[in-house]
Amino acid sequence: MRTIIVATAAVLLAGSAFADEQVIKLKPGAGLDKLESNCQACHTLAYIPMNATYMNAAGWDAEVAKMIKAYGAPVDDADAAAIKAYLTKNYGK
Amino acid sequence: MMISRRNLLQSAGAAGAAALLPALARAQSGASMLSPGVPDGIASYVTMGKLPGKQPLIQLADRPPNYESPLEYLQTPITPNDKFFVRYHLADIPEVKAEGYKIKIDGDGATTPFEITLADLKAMPSVEITAVNQCSGNRRGLSNPHVPGVEWGYGAMGCAKWKGVRLKDVLAKAGVKKETIEVGFNGADGPVVDKTPDFIKSIPVWKAMDENTLIAYEMNGQPLPHFNGFPARLIVPGWTGTYWMKHLVHIDVRTTPQGGFWMKPAYRVPVGLFPLRDRFVTQEDATSTPITEMVVNSLITSHRDGAKVKAGKVTVAGMAWDGGYGISKVEVSTDGGKTWSSAKLGEDLGKFAFRPWSFDVQVKGKATVMVNATNAIGQTQVTKLLFNGAGYHNNVMQSITLSA
Repeated sequence: MRTIIVATAAVLLAGSAFADEQVIKLKPGAGLDKLESNCQACHTLAYIPMNATYMNAAGWDAEVAKMIKAYGAPVDDADAAAIKAYLTKNYGK
Repeated sequence: MMISRRNLLQSAGAAGAAALLPALARAQSGASMLSPGVPDGIASYVTMGKLPGKQPLIQLADRPPNYESPLEYLQTPITPNDKFFVRYHLADIPEVKAEGYKIKIDGDGATTPFEITLADLKAMPSVEITAVNQCSGNRRGLSNPHVPGVEWGYGAMGCAKWKGVRLKDVLAKAGVKKETIEVGFNGADGPVVDKTPDFIKSIPVWKAMDENTLIAYEMNGQPLPHFNGFPARLIVPGWTGTYWMKHLVHIDVRTTPQGGFWMKPAYRVPVGLFPLRDRFVTQEDATSTPITEMVVNSLITSHRDGAKVKAGKVTVAGMAWDGGYGISKVEVSTDGGKTWSSAKLGEDLGKFAFRPWSFDVQVKGKATVMVNATNAIGQTQVTKLLFNGAGYHNNVMQSITLSA
């Protein structure tokens, strides 16, 4: 439910409710909850399968680091570690 | 094939397109519309998405909206507005109304800062230019090895007739000081969280003063669609889409280089990798330089790779374009690049436009068709990818197989 609230809030922030909202079901696994609560306020989770399955652990680490350092995503260290591990395990090569 | 309610809704939305594009309307998934070679994860989720005012497009991402035109939408030298691709970096996208809309022009290089409304723009002398708008990252998804980003196939581009005013005429009203080196641009769209850098871009002052650089308020004779920058956007013919600021609200006349993430490290290419003439020297460093003009390129739009055709004469056709020198020649090879023959060039809509081309191929069994465009300064496409970490400027000659 928390996820749905976050996603809905983001759409409202965006100021436009599109008729054709994407429904992305990511693979279940440890860290998925952290990913859902941290990432989708700013962007669709489609960016994950879109960038799969060609990245290794270093590649996903760099992407998460870029979101935090370059894009200013407010993700704490513990969550970032869990997200990287989830991505590498479920969407890595 | 499973038919979900979602797909039914999409099909209903696509009804208008059905008459012209039955194949698209029938498609239950966007996966069949993808360019061959994009990362395998895309097919697991992608559908043809329907944005308001648009035909179904390949929905790579809905938020921020990143929608690609399938090959079938690129068969005409002018891409219709409702088939034109959509690209945003950040997801806070207001619906800007014409009423109350204005662009602020200021900066330390401007002697007389002022604001201009849409009505003011429309009262100025207008010009119309046909130009290709291609995302810098078009074909990123085809990079080998793959690189992260929005994984576009062939369709993050289109060509339209853009009508508006010359940027230099607007800048003249602001009085451009001789110390000016760059002109910066911001649009009404912005980030969801404050710490994300707003999408702000600049171009060299010489490019800003070029007679072809416009502030456009019409696209193919209609007001700009919301998703292509209503009420007005920047048009930088020959240069990649990153500079074509949508929903333009601020013009910053600068005596210093524009900073920020979107100028550096984003949208950079390695110095010397590409044979580009237009350089953006006030932004250049020892190893990287901003992406500027598009490389010469072509695309087969009449057939997809692997298409089944009737044996005999098959007309293969497509588009060619470059950074504004103009297309001089398109050649086709049916023997894997050993020998080449000239394709027939179609209507010339100007040096910034798509140049249509066609070539008759005799197909018996299997035939491969490879295409290479040459521009007016003798540049050609490449046989081997000039790899770079952002996946820019992929103009590897395309090759498809037809079977009868």
